[in-house]
Amino acid sequence: MSSSELTDLYQEVVLDHGKRPRNFGPLEGATHRAEGLNPLCGDQLTVWARLEDGAVREVRFEGSGCAISKASASVMTGVVKGKTREEIDALFERFHKLVTEGPDPGDAESLGKLAVFGGVHDYPTRVKCASLAWHALRAALSGQGEPVSTE
Amino acid sequence: MTAVKSEREGSACPRTSTAPRSGAGEGVAQRRIAPAERSARFDPVRARADFPILRQKVHGAPLVYLDNAATTQKPRVVLDAMTRYYEEANANVHRGVHLLSERATKAYEDARLAVARFIGAPDPREVIFVRGTTEAVNLVAQTFGRTRVGPGDEVLVTALEHHSNIVPWQMLCREKGARLAVVPIDDAGDLDLDALDRLLGPRTRLLAVTQVSNALGTVNPLDEIVRRAHAKGVPVLVDGAQGIPHRGIDVAASGADFYAFSAHKMYGPTGIGVLWGRRELLEELPPWQGGGDMILSVTFEKTVYNALPYKFEAGTPAIAEAVGLGAAVEYLEQAGLAEVAAHERDLLAYALERLREVPDLRLVGTPRERSGAISFLVGDVHPHDVATVLDRHGVAVRAGHHCAQPLMHRLGVAATVRASVALYSTREDVDALVRALHAAREMFA
Repeated sequence: MSSSELTDLYQEVVLDHGKRPRNFGPLEGATHRAEGLNPLCGDQLTVWARLEDGAVREVRFEGSGCAISKASASVMTGVVKGKTREEIDALFERFHKLVTEGPDPGDAESLGKLAVFGGVHDYPTRVKCASLAWHALRAALSGQGEPVSTE
Repeated sequence: MTAVKSEREGSACPRTSTAPRSGAGEGVAQRRIAPAERSARFDPVRARADFPILRQKVHGAPLVYLDNAATTQKPRVVLDAMTRYYEEANANVHRGVHLLSERATKAYEDARLAVARFIGAPDPREVIFVRGTTEAVNLVAQTFGRTRVGPGDEVLVTALEHHSNIVPWQMLCREKGARLAVVPIDDAGDLDLDALDRLLGPRTRLLAVTQVSNALGTVNPLDEIVRRAHAKGVPVLVDGAQGIPHRGIDVAASGADFYAFSAHKMYGPTGIGVLWGRRELLEELPPWQGGGDMILSVTFEKTVYNALPYKFEAGTPAIAEAVGLGAAVEYLEQAGLAEVAAHERDLLAYALERLREVPDLRLVGTPRERSGAISFLVGDVHPHDVATVLDRHGVAVRAGHHCAQPLMHRLGVAATVRASVALYSTREDVDALVRALHAAREMFA
């Protein structure tokens, strides 16, 4: 076994957010909402967002999922605050690259807190867990009412 | 951990030899071994040597494969039979007059004979090769269902079913204006047979029920279920995907009208499975897919369909896979299904005992009789997280809803961890599972 690799995936920050997710529960006065579904495991979550003057003021989520999906949703609700849709799309691109290809030394700075998900790329089956909340948020902001799937 | 009912206490695994050897028969897929050569006791450690894939390490740890309900590994004799078929006999079946075609046809039909013998089919023409259990169920839905189910009728399934024994019936019911009714289970994961009696009504056209639950390991009392259904004149389709590798089947004695299973869950290849049906019933049904091999003569005005089983086998079949299935059947016969079942029962009892040691472990499903699988949760740790930690310790299990979302919903869980055994599973495998579960608990404590 190789527990060092396991702790790359389950970093302290990830475990903490998985256990005590921030911004958990419905958002009063949300302007956007979408559901995310991972057909692989049946996990689902709902993401709410309040958009004002073209920027996201607040994001909350609720649902069941593994430590990775909850932690990813939790961290996401923090890092997207104050960003425009375009900025969130661009951030997601970098996040997706991180969880599929691994950390890029040149991009460590701009990822900020998201860097804790640098271990995910070693676990291809868990990429969907990490991406679920992001897919849901982007669907909510683009006005798609239908549940989004990671498939 | 919750109480476990009626699980037999395990005894030490016997250590006598059984590892079957492939016979060097003439042509392909000829590896019959006289019953006298078969040893009375089953030794999983010896059997492991028959499975090349089990020798590897994953993440630096010896592979502990406990995802057998998803698919089993394949013994060398199955791999060799398929390779030999392609090297010595490959041709299309039921067509050519040349030697290879004769060999291919014989190999394919020998596999059918082996399956018929293995499941106790009174007539090998009742053995229809399909892609797997899912296709077998769809075949029955599209032939039996389309001709026998009408508006206001009912198809009865159970709360234990795999999606593949739910969705084809749901699609049929939607198309026909029929109703899908569900036999409930109790909290232990056993079928409510009183409810079954109540639900078997004058409009019930078919009962579709699994032999063994893929998610919980529940063994259904098949004889009793079939008896009750037939008392009301309702035919029964049995999903044998999880039943056949652990318990086998005697289709004639079971009284079932249809029996469906996949080769890949019984040490054979993927891509092939079997629908068995009572001959009179199959004769009455219309063909399903149209194409080559299922016809006797074709004009643009009219087609005369072929006889059983070819009526239901349109197109070039999975010949090498059928040969592989035949080899798997012979491997299981050689090992001795009763001996394998006894070994697996002992091992499950041992596993249930060992799992008690893991704090906060809760069994999901405590059926009266169990076969193959154990589902559980570890505290409030998500099953995917448990499975990832287990994987890094070399232990392969399934985490998720096991293609049985209605069952998960009924039990109030989104997903479970499922450990499922095969004939090559050992107490050492269970010990490794328990060690890894302790590690998972620590990580998420």
